[in-house]
Amino acid sequence: PASRTNNTNTNLHQPKRNPPLLDLYPPLTFAYNVQTMSRPTSTNILDRNLGRSGGRSGDVSLSAFAYIYSELVQYHQGRAASISELERRLESAGYGVGLKVLEMTAYRAKETKRETRLMSILHFVSSSVWKSLFGKAADSLERSIDHTDEFMIIDYEPIASTFVSVPQDLGSLSADAYVSGIIAGVLDGAGFSARVTAHSVKVEEGEYTKQGGNTMTGMLPRKDKAVFLVKFSPEVLSRDAALER
Amino acid sequence: MSAPVLFVIVGKNEPLFEAEIDTQSSAAGQNDLSTRQNYFVLHSALDLVEKSAWTTNNMYLRVVDKVNHQQVSTFLTAANVKFMLLHGGKGEEVVKNFFNEVYGYYVKLSMNPFYKYDTPITSKAFDARVRAAARAYLS
Repeated sequence: PASRTNNTNTNLHQPKRNPPLLDLYPPLTFAYNVQTMSRPTSTNILDRNLGRSGGRSGDVSLSAFAYIYSELVQYHQGRAASISELERRLESAGYGVGLKVLEMTAYRAKETKRETRLMSILHFVSSSVWKSLFGKAADSLERSIDHTDEFMIIDYEPIASTFVSVPQDLGSLSADAYVSGIIAGVLDGAGFSARVTAHSVKVEEGEYTKQGGNTMTGMLPRKDKAVFLVKFSPEVLSRDAALER
Repeated sequence: MSAPVLFVIVGKNEPLFEAEIDTQSSAAGQNDLSTRQNYFVLHSALDLVEKSAWTTNNMYLRVVDKVNHQQVSTFLTAANVKFMLLHGGKGEEVVKNFFNEVYGYYVKLSMNPFYKYDTPITSKAFDARVRAAARAYLS
């Protein structure tokens, strides 16, 4: 008993078969073919441009960074048992970043040269690395008078601790431990192993020379500057002394 | 050159990447013995690389070792990752361009947040690109 509706899909058990694209949408098929040939969906990281122009396009808003960073600090704070452990966790979080920043900044500088001397790697950190991370060079680089293996990088506006207030019971913890981890990563990667610690030092009267307040965040000038103390290991110093001759 | 080139990336403790690239399109099965010998020659040149690493601040260290008719050229990245190439006497410029291209790929690879520095490179895409670069520059 053939019914008049033989051709239509009245059988509910059979899945509805869609007609092939070719039949229904000829103009779109052509576009569809072109789309599959150029494969826009997957771009391998190795094909992407690194943006050698100097990183203007890579600017991130300070508030976005501060927000993510506060989450990072809270995460570690919940898992650390002591102040020094928290500091160590933040430093190791920054260490990996430092290694990558070293490669990236050196590559972007376009000249295939590495730093082999102590002073030149310190200059590299305080100017090139600082510029690529924070948009400006570090405010000063000093050598300690008491210890020949200690150097200080000073930043008057450290962005990691801009929106952080450290409670009394956490004492000397500096939120810039992340940045000191970054510096340690850069130095270690380049072959100058060092211990880097962040300290918050009160700014002296008249020391802060920026006019018109804090141009970056629009807030009043900070009372504390961040001092990153870099202490090199002995073999680095002896190697550098040997190269001097 | 009929001899294949051996390209190795060496980190602080161990090789991170190895590729034996036959620049001739017809790849006859490489003799196992000479492969092992090549690795040996290349790794024994590491001492010389260490020695000359601190004397210059160029990344490209040119030829650091010559054994029989083969030469080892080295390129050192900012983070002291060594790219070493064992070859049968390619020109300096040619090798330098190859190293620069691989350097670009290496930096891009290290931007991957899941790639830990100084660990073996397992990315097939990286391997494919290094081989393509070798074929482009070194044949």
